[in-house]
Amino acid sequence: MKRLDRKQIAARVARDIPEGAYVNLGIGAPTLIANFLPKDREIFLHSENGLLGMGPAPAPGQEDPELINAGKQPVTLLTGGCYFHHGDSFAMMRGGHLDICVLGAFQVSASGDLANWHTGAPDAIPAVGGAMDLAIGAKQVFVMMDHQTKSGESKIVPVCTYPLTGIGCVNRIYTDLAVIDVTPQGLRVLEMVEGMTLDELRAISGVPLEMAA
Amino acid sequence: MINKIVSSLAAAVADVHDGATVMIGGFGTAGMPSELIDALIEQGARDLTIVNNNAGNGDTGLAALLKARRVRKIICSFPRQADSYVFDGLYRAGEIELEVVPQGNLACRIEAAGAGLGAIFTPTGYGTLLAEGKETREINGRHYVLEMPIHADFALIKAHKGDRWGNLVYRKTARNFGPIMARAAACTIAQVSEVVELGELDPEVVITPGIFVKRVVPLGGSTPTATA
Repeated sequence: MKRLDRKQIAARVARDIPEGAYVNLGIGAPTLIANFLPKDREIFLHSENGLLGMGPAPAPGQEDPELINAGKQPVTLLTGGCYFHHGDSFAMMRGGHLDICVLGAFQVSASGDLANWHTGAPDAIPAVGGAMDLAIGAKQVFVMMDHQTKSGESKIVPVCTYPLTGIGCVNRIYTDLAVIDVTPQGLRVLEMVEGMTLDELRAISGVPLEMAA
Repeated sequence: MINKIVSSLAAAVADVHDGATVMIGGFGTAGMPSELIDALIEQGARDLTIVNNNAGNGDTGLAALLKARRVRKIICSFPRQADSYVFDGLYRAGEIELEVVPQGNLACRIEAAGAGLGAIFTPTGYGTLLAEGKETREINGRHYVLEMPIHADFALIKAHKGDRWGNLVYRKTARNFGPIMARAAACTIAQVSEVVELGELDPEVVITPGIFVKRVVPLGGSTPTATA
């Protein structure tokens, strides 16, 4: 069994983003997905600080401090892209206008609850940004994360122990081991990495898993 | 003749009082009105409540205002950043109050204030720590949290161009909170890169109509219509 690396997970998610989709890629690992979107598809990338039609990073020396993404990194605007204020940007998110958002996560529960903003540690400074708006607003919420923590605990859990970002909001989970749909009937495995069996995946996941029909 | 142009940054912020609630535009440093903030530090108002998306970067702009100990409370969505060490130190020392608000709720609470709404029901944050103790309601099968408007005494924002009636256009992603904060404050002060004559801004592309703006301060350059 061979785990996918970050780039391979990003490439796997990218395959599922269709032509014409309005998409927000969360800060961190999901940002990598932009590098793997098929060149023959027109896909609109939204950044919550106020742009639609986000392009790649500018060439060195071409950075504009007033053209940045939600991670505050310099970006470019594609021809046809546009700028807008925060009210409009979050209306796009909260109002269900984005087709897909892809977020990182600390934990996802079997019922699709998401925990990705706060470890709950008493000395942590809480900071949420747009995570809660993305979690509940997009038509489909994909999570991209490692299947297990560094110490080997499943990040897919019966009930989240970290503070929640949103309730029942995750539709699909992409990990370094599998692609899993969250359905009203429970978690359904769509794919596993080569050499992995369902029983092996069950053994490390700690939640009931069935193959998708 | 109506002339909202104020040529001095100091004059523009002269009446900010101790204890005022001040909205400050910007997302990180994009759109942050650093020159107005510097003038506010110089002016000396203290015990301020600040509304911003973040809690300052490095040692300049909002971070400098915090460092000068003028801020009692900050309302923001994302205080913790790689370079937010000024805020981090004050927070850990218990010297600043923090209200963390999901970014979209921050935006719509500001919008609600500007639009004269009494409150809003938002789905964002339902069932989370950030909705604890707040009224909720189920509407058409979905759960919402009651959030109150955020009004301000002053808004300090950065725009690209403005005219003497206060009409504004912005530049790229520096627009962010400017247009919504302009509507939510009793007195909105915009620093602009350039003042233009009335009529030069295409009325079809004015982003903030002048009714929402009290003062326009040009940064550098000559300003044919400046009076003070």
